[in-house]
Amino acid sequence: MNLRGAASATLLVVAATACGSGAGSDGEQAKTLTYWASNQAAGIELDRKILEPELAAFQKSTGIKVNLEVIPWSDLQTRILNAAASGRGPDVVNIGNTWSTSLQATGAFVEFDDATLAKVGGKGRFLASSMSSTGAPGLPPGSLPLYGMAYGLYYNKKRFAEAGIDEPPKTWQELVGTARKLTGGGRYGLTLLGASYTEGVHFAWMFGRQNGASVFDGEHPAFDTPEMVAGVKRYLDLIAVDKVVNPSDAEKTQDAQLYTDFASGKAAMMIMQNHGTAGLAAFDMDPDEYGVVPIPLPEDARQPVTSHVAGINITAFAESRNREGALKFIEFMTSPQEQTKLNKAFGSLPVVNGVTDPAFAAGHNKVFAEVLATAQPLPMIPQEAQFETLVGTAVKDLFAQVATGERVTESDIKAKLSEAGQKLLNGG
Amino acid sequence: MISKKRLPYLLLAPAVAAELVIHVVPMLAGLGMSLLKLTQFFLRDWTRAPFAGLGNFAVAVDVSAPVGADLLRSFCVTLLYAVLVVTGSWALGMLGAVLLRRPFPGRGALRALFLVPFALPVFTGVITWSFMLQRDTGLVNAVLDADAFWLIGGNSFASLVVVTIWRSWSFAFLTLTAGLAAVPPELHEAADVDGAGRWRRFRSVTLPQLAPVNRVLVLVLFLWTFNEFTTPYTLFGKVAPEEASVLSIHVYNASFSTWNLGLGSAMSVLLLLFLLLVSLGYLWLTSRRRRVPGV
Repeated sequence: MNLRGAASATLLVVAATACGSGAGSDGEQAKTLTYWASNQAAGIELDRKILEPELAAFQKSTGIKVNLEVIPWSDLQTRILNAAASGRGPDVVNIGNTWSTSLQATGAFVEFDDATLAKVGGKGRFLASSMSSTGAPGLPPGSLPLYGMAYGLYYNKKRFAEAGIDEPPKTWQELVGTARKLTGGGRYGLTLLGASYTEGVHFAWMFGRQNGASVFDGEHPAFDTPEMVAGVKRYLDLIAVDKVVNPSDAEKTQDAQLYTDFASGKAAMMIMQNHGTAGLAAFDMDPDEYGVVPIPLPEDARQPVTSHVAGINITAFAESRNREGALKFIEFMTSPQEQTKLNKAFGSLPVVNGVTDPAFAAGHNKVFAEVLATAQPLPMIPQEAQFETLVGTAVKDLFAQVATGERVTESDIKAKLSEAGQKLLNGG
Repeated sequence: MISKKRLPYLLLAPAVAAELVIHVVPMLAGLGMSLLKLTQFFLRDWTRAPFAGLGNFAVAVDVSAPVGADLLRSFCVTLLYAVLVVTGSWALGMLGAVLLRRPFPGRGALRALFLVPFALPVFTGVITWSFMLQRDTGLVNAVLDADAFWLIGGNSFASLVVVTIWRSWSFAFLTLTAGLAAVPPELHEAADVDGAGRWRRFRSVTLPQLAPVNRVLVLVLFLWTFNEFTTPYTLFGKVAPEEASVLSIHVYNASFSTWNLGLGSAMSVLLLLFLLLVSLGYLWLTSRRRRVPGV
């Protein structure tokens, strides 16, 4: 072997050794945890910045090092499903609370029976309303509440004043009228996350529910009822008929894109969950510069639903080789002290009793807390997650169609929603 | 003492073992999964999943129901996509290779430049394209002075084709450049003497001499494009627009949106069978043509 060959061979060996040195021994297992956090802040880097000091504090008190990965919403469900199927995943994971029953049905997660609950502070620690979205009724919860969230309508006070509008809209009809007044000259009345399938399904459910729809008939999908179709149409009409939303919103998947438009006044209103308050702060918008009200209901609403019980749950994989550590970590994350810190940073609401910080009962938080108190949970059945992806994708596709100028009729919407129901039946 | 008869098999054993682990076992696992009703309730313990027989395949090929109809449409989109990308990449690669055949100042720099798309990590290249193709802030609309959508709706297919050609023509260029270097210059000189023009020389000397290279290149490009996942996934995100929903993305979504990995596996097996048929047919056809004397 010549010199060059020897040198490159050495390099290869060194590289291979370096790459292979990641695995720890079994003794280290008890000292480390892997945690998949969902993206709550205005960017993944910001999530890390918020969580890392808390993880360091946890390590200081327990000696357990937490390896953090923050996962974007578009990937989270797939990643969790992959982990459940392969048995190779993190120890602790954040989930969308609406998925809790679907994920519980996989059997891949710890069951929080009374003995297990006792290790994380007991059942009494958590708010009853938040506990309503932790799994199927009658079974031990498959996850526990972490951050409480709800939808609201944000409005830019400066844009409202410029247009001579004194009050935020009180009904959906008023909202459309107000948004019309605020649209023009390259600026729009309202901004939406049109390419996000999760947003799509939330609006379909919320608006359908306001018309009196129930999405499932037992466990049988009822996605294409006239109430659902009318609900989805109202959402699409914001672009197609009312023309108060920028068609470009059909490409948007990141909250940050909405913050940019809202903070700059390019969009006068935005509909988002309470994490938007923290997001706007990251975009240098002062809480006094905007107002928040519940999403206005149509005048003839059959159900006064302006949000589902939104939020984030936390759970541990049953396969975790450090279950005790994982439970310790969940206990830590749901302690009143951490709940105060984290919910403040992420702009969400505490889900446990004993949080006394007045900040959560004042200002915008007060509005969101009231919405959450009257919110209804999405169906707590195993098919819920499929409902989210199938209907959400259908709504997203329809949104893209109207944005590109295609005409979408009620029968188009109905066909698309029936198809989603068919796929759920075929797949299950 | 190892007998002489056994030695070759022993020497082959590591390669066979690696092949088994990397290719054959996962393929068999996929085949096995496609026969199971592998829904969310059995994800953790596959052995408990009920046997579905050919049920998943029946759902996948039933084109009168939404699942099968979507799969068929996605198949047609993918076929068109693969044909356009292979044609485009091959034509551009050929043009580049022929133009850069004779030495001239700056040839090395141009060659290096042409290889950039192939050398860049896929994600880096494609995410840049996705920024360029955005409606409000994208470079493409700025240059065209338009407000068209490139990432959703009908144009999304064209975007996907162009971006993939940009990615893969470099490889065609590289392969054909190597192939051209092996064509004996005497053949061109002889054709020159016979009074052949540029086009005639290309058709009668270059193309036939490159036939073996082309045969492999076209097949490889086709298989790569047909299975391409990273480019559409990076360009469109998790859910591609219907117009550009190619099979790899479609199967991925079908598995994960209904949480039925058995159905997804059945679709993958169908895809595998199709590609196997295409490859075998193609090789049979091209090797038969080669034996015809005089060509």
